[in-house]
Amino acid sequence: MKILVAVKRVIDYNVQIRVKPDNSGVEKDNVKMSMNPPDENAVEEAIKLKDSGEVTEVVIVSIGQEKCQDTIRTALAMGADRGILVKAGDDIEPLAVAKTLKNIVEKEKPNMVLLGKQAIDDYCNQTGQMLSAILNWPQGCFVSELGINDSAITISREIDEGLEQLEIQLPAVVTCDLRLNEPRFASLPNIMKAKKKPIEIIEIESLGVDTIPKVKYLKVEEPPVRQGGVMVADVKELIQKLKYEAKVI
Amino acid sequence: MIENQNIQREEMSYDVVIIGAGPSGLATAIELKKLNPETSVCIIEKGSEVGAHILSGNVFETKALDELIPDWKEKNAPIKTKVSMEEFLFLNKKNGMNIPTWLLPKSLQNHGNYIISLANLCRWLGEQAEALEVEIFPGFAASEIIYNEDGSVAGIQTGDMGVDKEGQPKDTFEPGIILKGKVTVFAEGCRGHLGKQLIKKFELDKNSSPQQYGIGFKEIWEVDETQHQEGKVLHSVGWPLDPKTYGGSFCYHAENNQIYIGYVIGLDYQNPYLSPYDEFQQFKTHPKISKILKGGKRISYGARALIEGGLQSLPQMHMPGALLVGCDAGTLNMPKIKGSHTAMKSGIIAAETIQQHLYDKKELSVFDTIFKNSWLYQELYEARNVKPSFRWGLIPAMIFTAIDQLIFKGKLPFTLNHLHADHETLKLAKDSKKIDYPKYDGQLTFDKASSVYLTGTNHAENQIIHLQLKDPKLPISYTLEKFDEPSIRYCPAGVYDIQYNKEKDESEFIINSQNCIHCKTCDIKEPSQNINWVTPEGGGGPNYANM
Repeated sequence: MKILVAVKRVIDYNVQIRVKPDNSGVEKDNVKMSMNPPDENAVEEAIKLKDSGEVTEVVIVSIGQEKCQDTIRTALAMGADRGILVKAGDDIEPLAVAKTLKNIVEKEKPNMVLLGKQAIDDYCNQTGQMLSAILNWPQGCFVSELGINDSAITISREIDEGLEQLEIQLPAVVTCDLRLNEPRFASLPNIMKAKKKPIEIIEIESLGVDTIPKVKYLKVEEPPVRQGGVMVADVKELIQKLKYEAKVI
Repeated sequence: MIENQNIQREEMSYDVVIIGAGPSGLATAIELKKLNPETSVCIIEKGSEVGAHILSGNVFETKALDELIPDWKEKNAPIKTKVSMEEFLFLNKKNGMNIPTWLLPKSLQNHGNYIISLANLCRWLGEQAEALEVEIFPGFAASEIIYNEDGSVAGIQTGDMGVDKEGQPKDTFEPGIILKGKVTVFAEGCRGHLGKQLIKKFELDKNSSPQQYGIGFKEIWEVDETQHQEGKVLHSVGWPLDPKTYGGSFCYHAENNQIYIGYVIGLDYQNPYLSPYDEFQQFKTHPKISKILKGGKRISYGARALIEGGLQSLPQMHMPGALLVGCDAGTLNMPKIKGSHTAMKSGIIAAETIQQHLYDKKELSVFDTIFKNSWLYQELYEARNVKPSFRWGLIPAMIFTAIDQLIFKGKLPFTLNHLHADHETLKLAKDSKKIDYPKYDGQLTFDKASSVYLTGTNHAENQIIHLQLKDPKLPISYTLEKFDEPSIRYCPAGVYDIQYNKEKDESEFIINSQNCIHCKTCDIKEPSQNINWVTPEGGGGPNYANM
């Protein structure tokens, strides 16, 4: 069995995001970038399945600039076998990503595509679902447990009412929740080995995918600064304030 | 700690292993590859990426870089803003007196220098090094020194990853590995935790004065363009510091309407109630400074200890199997307030030394000869008497500095030594005056919590506390009683606190190690040297962008 894992290079989760002075977007120059955290869970799960013998090959794909190779290398250092970089601009939207991934799926013919449930930069939460639709494959989203038996997988996913258990026929698209596992550290020797693993580079133009953005960003602004709290003397004052100032009761 | 003998550790060997991807470590690596591309070189760096733990003013003198990479301009080095204007202010509470530039020692004149972000320069140097096939591993901390049987340095061991706070392996446990080098170069920066051990073990400082340190703060502000004069360099001494305390400010007008503003305070200060952080915050409210910052926005904050001891305090930089370079030894030129070009030059010298050692079978002690014949030694020699003269107070020291630097050009026939280590200088709390610092206004001045937030500092949860107390009782039984626990004030990140435990009816010493921005001040200033800074899990610490 073969798994394709899609990973995205995003601003590191520890970085304090800063809006550019001209409000055209957020500052990315000299900012630490790393793999989108739920994507790391996807990579970890694929490698775990490989470690257990259920899976024979794990292929990593990333779409974006040359630098996305670093993100792919991180996954290779964790234990994936090889990588594919689809070279594209920074502003690729989820639908174009899904269409690009469909191309790669048709070429690679994996039994399962694993993705993070969403990316921490734009929080779209669309790519996995769109990919499932255009491939006409079943989907399991926000997965926090995953098991394989023969031609199907069993998953546990978080829904509003609690946890839902499903059995899904392969091939399928699965998007991973942070709870699925704890990603491993890449060891130094494995980082060395990863440098020698192959990464195939494909120009997005060669796939014939329409990458023109459908959404226009007018302006990016910082959220308003939160007002400090006030101490109230008693319950009466609290109710007064809730009623007449906050107008919530 | 996990018992070492139970763990199978992988081992990797290089010709040269370098600890720390700062200016000195990267210069060592690049020069080594220039001298012989066959030499295998790796650098390990505890920051999550190259540059993440770099913080510096920085007005950059290109002298060493001109030697290292002569075509740095063509290679698009991030060195763009030429110093165009210079001011030196003597501040009192309300006003500032301009000291004409011609009256300043040459070392303080910055014509021909550039205003840069050292972190970005290191990122660029990292790319240059990688292009020469230097292997750089960020996110790995060198936690221990490995010795050969004959006592010489064999290399280092990287820290274990995935160990919980009790010292037990977690599911993600990944044992550290051993990196061996024919020569190991320690380039950890000021007060490196391995450099400290080496200096002690090999008695490298037996012929030098006690090392002197300072704590430096830096903030980056985006200011109104009417207040911004790209290329302007402003330094000040005086207010808000008392005349006995060594220190001063910098304010550099960089690209993109940004201001690099900061403050450096000598860690030989005496009053335990002094709070370096609050001195810096207060400094920004001076009318000469606040007018620049008003309406602007603070976008970064950070702090780091720096070396001030100069030549007298410089330890021997070679030992069997290893070299100390940059401020891991202490090559900063204090009167010039510059350490980047000197650090890089020490790296170049280290590379020449290693080249001769590996291929001409010379001893590493040849470092001394190359060093003594270099401009680096000359520069540090001429600068040596400035900092120690400040023990006489600000005005006498400035007069002496003028005579020493302007008339004698640093060639006076004597050397002033440093008398005390910084941890010995605090007076008792009962003999000291409490200082009332103004409240933070949230516009110009900010509390520590919101400042630390800007550093992007992160340490993986549930790991061993990396600020170790040799005696866990001492902070309460001694430091609190005698000095009113100065760590609460000297720590720039709010790591330390005293809390009263009602149930036990006693005070407790709190260490919020996840806040630590790796400045090393506690390791230096703690009066009984009770705090030992060790490396946390690799990748932890601040994530500075353009510092």
